[in-house]
Amino acid sequence: MSQIAGTKARLVWAVNLAALVLVLLWTIPTFGLLVSSFRDRDQIAATGWWRAAFATEQTGFERAGTAADQLPEGDLFVISGDLTGAGAQVTAWGISSRDPAAFTPGETAELKDGQRLTVAADGAYRLSSPTAFTETRGMRIFLTTAEKPRATLENYARVIGAEGLGRAFLNTMTVTIPATVIPILIAAFAAYALAWMEFPGRALLIAAVVGLLVVPLQLALIPLLKFHNEIGLGKGYMGIWLAHTGFGLPLAIYLLRNYMAGLPREIIESARVDGATEFQIFRRIILPLSFPALASFAIFQFLWVWNDLLVATVFLGNRPDQLVMTGVLRELLGSRGGDWEILAASAFLSIAVPLLVFFALQKYLVRGLLAGSVKGG
Amino acid sequence: MEQLAYATGTIVAGVFACVAWFWGSNLLLDLIWPPRGPQAGRNITRANLIRPWAFIGPAVLFLGLYLVYPVLNSAARSLMDAGSREFVGLDNYRWLAGDAKFRESIANNMLWLLIVPAASTFLGLIAAQVTDRIRWGNLAKSLIFMPMAISFVGAGVIWKFIYDYRPEGQDQIGLLNAIWVALGHAPQTWLTLPLLNNLFLMAVLIWIQTGFAMVILSAALRGIPEETVEAAILDGANPVQLFFRIKVPQIRGTIAVVWTTITIVVLKVFDIVFVMTNGQWGTQVLANLMYDWMFRGAPDYGRGSAIALVIMALVTPIMIWNIRNARAETR
Repeated sequence: MSQIAGTKARLVWAVNLAALVLVLLWTIPTFGLLVSSFRDRDQIAATGWWRAAFATEQTGFERAGTAADQLPEGDLFVISGDLTGAGAQVTAWGISSRDPAAFTPGETAELKDGQRLTVAADGAYRLSSPTAFTETRGMRIFLTTAEKPRATLENYARVIGAEGLGRAFLNTMTVTIPATVIPILIAAFAAYALAWMEFPGRALLIAAVVGLLVVPLQLALIPLLKFHNEIGLGKGYMGIWLAHTGFGLPLAIYLLRNYMAGLPREIIESARVDGATEFQIFRRIILPLSFPALASFAIFQFLWVWNDLLVATVFLGNRPDQLVMTGVLRELLGSRGGDWEILAASAFLSIAVPLLVFFALQKYLVRGLLAGSVKGG
Repeated sequence: MEQLAYATGTIVAGVFACVAWFWGSNLLLDLIWPPRGPQAGRNITRANLIRPWAFIGPAVLFLGLYLVYPVLNSAARSLMDAGSREFVGLDNYRWLAGDAKFRESIANNMLWLLIVPAASTFLGLIAAQVTDRIRWGNLAKSLIFMPMAISFVGAGVIWKFIYDYRPEGQDQIGLLNAIWVALGHAPQTWLTLPLLNNLFLMAVLIWIQTGFAMVILSAALRGIPEETVEAAILDGANPVQLFFRIKVPQIRGTIAVVWTTITIVVLKVFDIVFVMTNGQWGTQVLANLMYDWMFRGAPDYGRGSAIALVIMALVTPIMIWNIRNARAETR
């Protein structure tokens, strides 16, 4: 008995551990970019993001002041000043490139001709000499500094303004909201007709909708672009709204029809017996009851349109002021391939809204997925 | 701001137009064949013949214009020359058969088709099984599911950062190279390694699709009747046997649905390749190749359409399978 209990406890451990590994694997990539978006350019280039919480260590040299900076102090001549910026901590220093970390902060080094040098932890130094300095070039002081970890919002400020992501955010909104609302309206009526009205050709239409679900968008690009040009629509918001409406309809009709067909027959039939018209049944009974399905489709469509790159590239122009967020991100990947501070902040801005929607409305998303896929065991 | 007003205006106009259409057509039918009076019965029958078409009319129009027509139009264009002016028969397809880039794309697409659906479904199955048995399962599910909400482009940036390369001696800031170097190897430019780079691109899609597979398979697993599991335990099945011999066979149908759904996504995969390698270093796929021919340099609609038709042909078996399943269900 105890043996079984022991195996069970070990199994529980193994399962928890496996889950933890999976969760880490699935979140670390995003988390790394999120952390990087708050680090400045130098920090990103110096160390991996996983060391963001620790001080970054840098080595280099600074020059002390020249003879022009010296001040008499008693019978000594003194040059003093600060070698580092604020926030940096000197962990070691030296006076030759052969041993750049020979001294600890606060220590005093004896130099030639009775000169003495002290460097404090905060970067302040004091160079003294019994005779007047004549150097016109400051001596080199080698420093090992530890920069405290710090977070910055500069990257975000920069990409919103200079890199045009603020503008792109507005464009994305402009594309997404009508492209989400309009298909719902059209699909709801169609789904009702396909679920609850008897007419010849209904089965065929349902089959057609299922078939159209998987038609690759790639086929539609050129014909539709030409079509939009012919009817004078050209490239622009109206065109992309219509395109997204068309592309989203099969899923909308499919999801809504499945849901509506599952509503209890008695409600609808008793309403019909009571003399309600189809329109009244639709508006008063079906529409309110179908809210969960409407919500799941709305989320799907919102995420899909917001995240889309291909349709936006083709149906909107490519001028900087016409780009949506995915478009800007793509441009940045091309033109600023190595500037991770820009890319990280931009990527995060572009996925912030979808993530928000995802976490807030996950329930409906899952429900929609299940309605669309789990059937026939 | 101006354009947001435009967008809001369009929503209002769109909603109004839809309501006007559905409400108006309904009203019109009631006026022509009033559902009362001596001929109420006949009138209702007549109106009910037309009404469904009023309801699905706009949808049919949209589907026809935005999905059916383009397929036919593309098919026609694939038989024409670059500017869609002259009929060239099967020339474009003949050219495809001999084109090195096209062969590379087909080979890569096949690789994607073999690996991504299998890996996503398998990992999703494991994730479903594991997260269903722990207390913090819902949180774990949420986090594994999260990449679903991230755009392919965003995911491209996230993973490109992981694959980042710095010359030897510098601190590696890409996670993969950091681990690789820590293990004592020289850093690699992962996305240019032939063949392997395809796997690195696939990892992005697997990362996105596993959550989807997990959510659906988890629901299916929970739907398995308790008795079968209990009987297996009484017969002395160990957890692994229980999972692969008892549970998995019972959700075969759902696994097939997940598999085919991901297969469709894979066939259309475009953004990931487009932003991460743009088909260089032997990573070309059909959708990106088509984009190249249609929108880069001097567009060739004939060849582009022919490639699109190849994608369509690859999708068709799944389309037929889906339709047959759907029909079996509605019956």
